Amino acid sequence: MTQPSFLVHGHPVYAHTGGRPFDPSRPVAVLLHGAGMDHTVWSLQTRYLAHHGRSVLAVDLPGHGRSGGAPLDSIAALADWVVALLDAAGVAKAALIGHSMGALVALDAAARRADRIESIVLMGAAERMPVHPDLLASAAAGDPSANDLVIGWGHGPRGHTGGSAAPGLALIPGGRRLMAGITPGVLGVDLAACNAYATGATAAEAVGCPALVVIGALDRMASAKAGRALASRLKMSQIVTIKQAGHMMMTETPDATVEALRGFLDLRRV
Amino acid sequence: MADAKFLKFDTQTLHAGQQPDPATGARAVPIHMTSSYVFQDTDHAAALFNLERAGHIYSRISNPTVAVLEERLAILEGGVGAVCTASGQAALTLAILTLMDAGGHIVASSSIYGGSRNLLAYTLPRLGITTSFVHPRDLDGIRAAIRPDTRLVFGEVLGNPGLEVLDVPAVAAIAHAAGVPLMIDSTFTTPYLCRPLAHGADLVMHSCTKWLAGHGVAIGGVVIDGGTFDWEASGKFPTLTEPYAGYHGIDFAEEYGPAAFIMRARAEGLRDFGACMSPMNAFQILQGVETLSLRMKGHIHNARKIVGFLETELASDKGAVAWVSYPELVDHPDHALAARLLPHGCGSIISFGVKGPGGGRDAGRRFIEALSLFSHLANVGDAKSLVIHPASTTHAQLEAAALAASGVGEDMIRLSIGLEDADDLIDDLKQALRAAAKG
Repeated sequence: MTQPSFLVHGHPVYAHTGGRPFDPSRPVAVLLHGAGMDHTVWSLQTRYLAHHGRSVLAVDLPGHGRSGGAPLDSIAALADWVVALLDAAGVAKAALIGHSMGALVALDAAARRADRIESIVLMGAAERMPVHPDLLASAAAGDPSANDLVIGWGHGPRGHTGGSAAPGLALIPGGRRLMAGITPGVLGVDLAACNAYATGATAAEAVGCPALVVIGALDRMASAKAGRALASRLKMSQIVTIKQAGHMMMTETPDATVEALRGFLDLRRV
Repeated sequence: MADAKFLKFDTQTLHAGQQPDPATGARAVPIHMTSSYVFQDTDHAAALFNLERAGHIYSRISNPTVAVLEERLAILEGGVGAVCTASGQAALTLAILTLMDAGGHIVASSSIYGGSRNLLAYTLPRLGITTSFVHPRDLDGIRAAIRPDTRLVFGEVLGNPGLEVLDVPAVAAIAHAAGVPLMIDSTFTTPYLCRPLAHGADLVMHSCTKWLAGHGVAIGGVVIDGGTFDWEASGKFPTLTEPYAGYHGIDFAEEYGPAAFIMRARAEGLRDFGACMSPMNAFQILQGVETLSLRMKGHIHNARKIVGFLETELASDKGAVAWVSYPELVDHPDHALAARLLPHGCGSIISFGVKGPGGGRDAGRRFIEALSLFSHLANVGDAKSLVIHPASTTHAQLEAAALAASGVGEDMIRLSIGLEDADDLIDDLKQALRAAAKG
């Protein structure tokens, strides 16, 4: 189906709606992908959300996938961009579902714009997400080895050996291909934004809306311990720990991820 | 900073695509002989049908045992996904029908499996899909044959049965310059010897019946999506870039990104054409894949010894060998290319000409009938050594000109070297060559 098009800060924004027309008058869920990725990481969540009562915007962040503009260089700028997107889409209030970098964006937006954010889901997140200087450098230089490091560390043992929930799909090659398609240097901007974000703890303490923290028990990029620490700072938080998941829980354990969302957002088929 | 760590090839042949069975703890891949799968509730059923959730509905579309093989082969080739099919021919058909409609055109190597040639030359034209055949070494010819309606360039890494080596990177560049993907039939080489996606191909197919399985007990095929081709930028593939009314209006490129092709191949191709692989065949083929590396090393070792023997016979004035073709031979026209694309070996197919009283056809008949260890049959890639006379069997449908264009002479013998002791194979060949020479 034809996807809606929005202009934010003068640049076109691509958002996938999960097979249902976007309707800002219904409860809205905005899905925010991680560093160097795009909306397709949510393939096994967007359609479910859209057919269970949510109007969905699985966006490509600026400079990623099909969206225009340059990548934004700070988590705060990305959070502001999300609010500007809500304005452009005519959405008063939305649930933000973020993964990794996208989770930091959701956290920051919820902390500063309580008036616009109904609830947040933070997947594969920690209050600080430092990045190794060598990885920052190689990502900034557009070196493909940086993509491989992200994909290699991003998947738990299940992702590496396989057993994909989606028949016939291969997670590691799929992730590598997705990241190979991004514009060189975009990953570097994203990782630098994550690395520089130092206010996650205070942001978490400022969040007043309900929050769900989804933890991959085998996550090597945002550990389970760090996820629990983040949740402890949130006033109204729930934790779901997915036993078999690494950092890429949406693709490694899509069903468990959907179940976590279903419970938290009270999703029902419409 | 440490490099990224990924499991290596040999490990993946044993583990990729599988977790121990959560219900029973079974270490081996269970054979899920079931047509269908119980839904948890009506919402789960609707979610599966609507591609909201991953899972199995009906074994024509997906099956847990088959899915392990699909994921394993995708990973071994470096692809984003795979669909297994009832045969290699079904894989080729599925790929073509996923890419194009009536009016589509294919540029194919003229040196391909006879069954593939039949499909392209005789059967698909009935559906309005036509093919231009070009010699695999004629890169300018391939470029010139691509037309505005061309939707696929197709070839084999090692031509069948002529053993021409396709310059995959060069052909990929030609195809991509025209906005068209390259699909490679990599049956003869397997991912152990060559991974075409790493050389620029976009799609790979196999007859799994051959070296991947190795035991010659199960028919099967697979098509693997490299996830590399930009369907939207090409603008020639509406099946992948426009809403599909047959599946909830899905635009596969938007929805699945790099996995657009393989998702459409399953969602439409397996659903509607139905040429799926059986779980039992998938299990049997998986047993072969687990020993792929070991077997390919053995095939290459034996093939090199047999080539050495045939070269010795060729050098002998009294021998019945007219010529020998194997890409590792320095006089093979593609020797340098083979060294680049196939550094671990050039497979276990050897072509040679047999001579004797009555000419090549009669000598060939006497040779084949005298063999005892080599089995005369229409297959390759078995653990047992095989032999065939292409002009009278696999390529018999071809007329004289097409036969010549395919590099098939009347005297050509095609050996598929197995895993027996090479000395026993050489003894068998020796006595059969003597029979051929006697008349």
